[in-house]
Amino acid sequence: MTAKTFKRPDGRKAEETRPMSAKVGVVPNADGSAMFSFGDTVAIAAVYGPRKMHPQHSQNPEKGTLRCNYNMLSFSVAERARPGPNRRSTEISKITEWALEPIVMIKKYPNMVVDVHIGILQANASTRCAGINAAALALAHAGIPMKELVSSVSIGKMDKTLVVDLVKEEEDWEEGEGSTDIPITLTNSGKITHLQLDGKITSAELKEVLKLAKKANREIYEVQKKALKESIKLN
Amino acid sequence: METARITGERISQYLSQGKRFDGRKPEDFRDIEIETGVSKRAEGSARVRIGKTEVIVGVKMDVMEPYPDSADRGNLIVSTELLPLSSERFESGPPRFPAIEIARLTDRAIRESKFIQMEKLCIKEGEKVWAVYIDIYSLNDDGNLMDAAEIGAVAALKTARMPKYDEETGKVLYGEFTEKKLPLQKEPPIMVTAYKIGNSWIVDPTLEEEDVSEAKVSIGATPDGVISSIQKGEAREIDIKEFEDVLDLTERVRKKVFKEIEKYSD
Repeated sequence: MTAKTFKRPDGRKAEETRPMSAKVGVVPNADGSAMFSFGDTVAIAAVYGPRKMHPQHSQNPEKGTLRCNYNMLSFSVAERARPGPNRRSTEISKITEWALEPIVMIKKYPNMVVDVHIGILQANASTRCAGINAAALALAHAGIPMKELVSSVSIGKMDKTLVVDLVKEEEDWEEGEGSTDIPITLTNSGKITHLQLDGKITSAELKEVLKLAKKANREIYEVQKKALKESIKLN
Repeated sequence: METARITGERISQYLSQGKRFDGRKPEDFRDIEIETGVSKRAEGSARVRIGKTEVIVGVKMDVMEPYPDSADRGNLIVSTELLPLSSERFESGPPRFPAIEIARLTDRAIRESKFIQMEKLCIKEGEKVWAVYIDIYSLNDDGNLMDAAEIGAVAALKTARMPKYDEETGKVLYGEFTEKKLPLQKEPPIMVTAYKIGNSWIVDPTLEEEDVSEAKVSIGATPDGVISSIQKGEAREIDIKEFEDVLDLTERVRKKVFKEIEKYSD
């Protein structure tokens, strides 16, 4: 199969994301919360805090702690996922912390912790990206001081063709050079806070990937911004 | 003991003039030493020293059911234990994030580069395949366990021999090795992690340097520059331009590291 013959299973254009939706304030108990979806990948995030860190020996007198927890609900995937943490979710939780911390003014909260809980309700790839997008919104909704937002998207290389916002079928694609999955999180000023890659790629191709990510991130940012504005109108 | 802030400031100041405490340049690795066949019981094994950092890696094999999404291919399972004997900072118990990170990044560098020819490890499609276990243990942590672990995994795989397998009983005859080597590709994936300190980027940090670094990028790629895995780590953002420079930096370093490793190949 050559590059030109790769057709996206859902008929999207290469640079097109799935329909996105975002909503702020989905968990009334939380200090801040949001839902973000790429097509049928749906993530919710809830923020609790800032509050005193317990146990006391975990407190950091120099800055607050941003603590993220990514959790895939057992029924969010075709074959039931075993509930509870595993190596993958532990890694994604850490990656999410790293993706968000640069924009959160966590230094203002010594000895305190801000918890961000992310739940994946329905999965069709790009779950960590949807989770990060929801988490950024939830943090803003909680009123935690932030420098800006982050937006996250997965870029895929299908053999030689670059596409935006992978679905599961594309992730598992094996023709030619196969599928390379590159989830990227950028701040709105264009800095990288998160980048992972699995597959096969040259550094020249990777530079193209970053351009595409930047473009897609602007679209996601608009969706996030709109959701935040709407939440204010309602109150 | 954590690295004191005053030491961190000094490291950063030195680096702004391109200097490091141990006299290395930013792009220099410490000396790499590889010893293979360190465990007679393992199918393959290696001990890697990078400066004072040391890891030991063993490959064990077993026959098991394939995963449903790869019915005609072998299984790869990578684990890492950061042993309390290797640093005052490590405690026993279930693996915490640093150990998980090393295991997962090593797994992905090897899996995604297709270094192990998994399709040749199928015994009976959907029923029986070989599983390759790569187990990584730290023996001494003086920074950069990540790259040492991955280099150790590659070295151990290269020496691995298939154990004997009794098709009738379906049992692996442990301790009896065949002459057959594990089916591998020629080009191994090599992990090089770049660390940002102040405004400088270095590779192969000592523990002190690792402590004061604010961002890192791990890149697994073959010596000819085909990248198979990347992970940006730590909570500090980086510019796109900076990231592109890191790609170039790691590519230069990778070539040098590969030459060092090649010395130990038979």
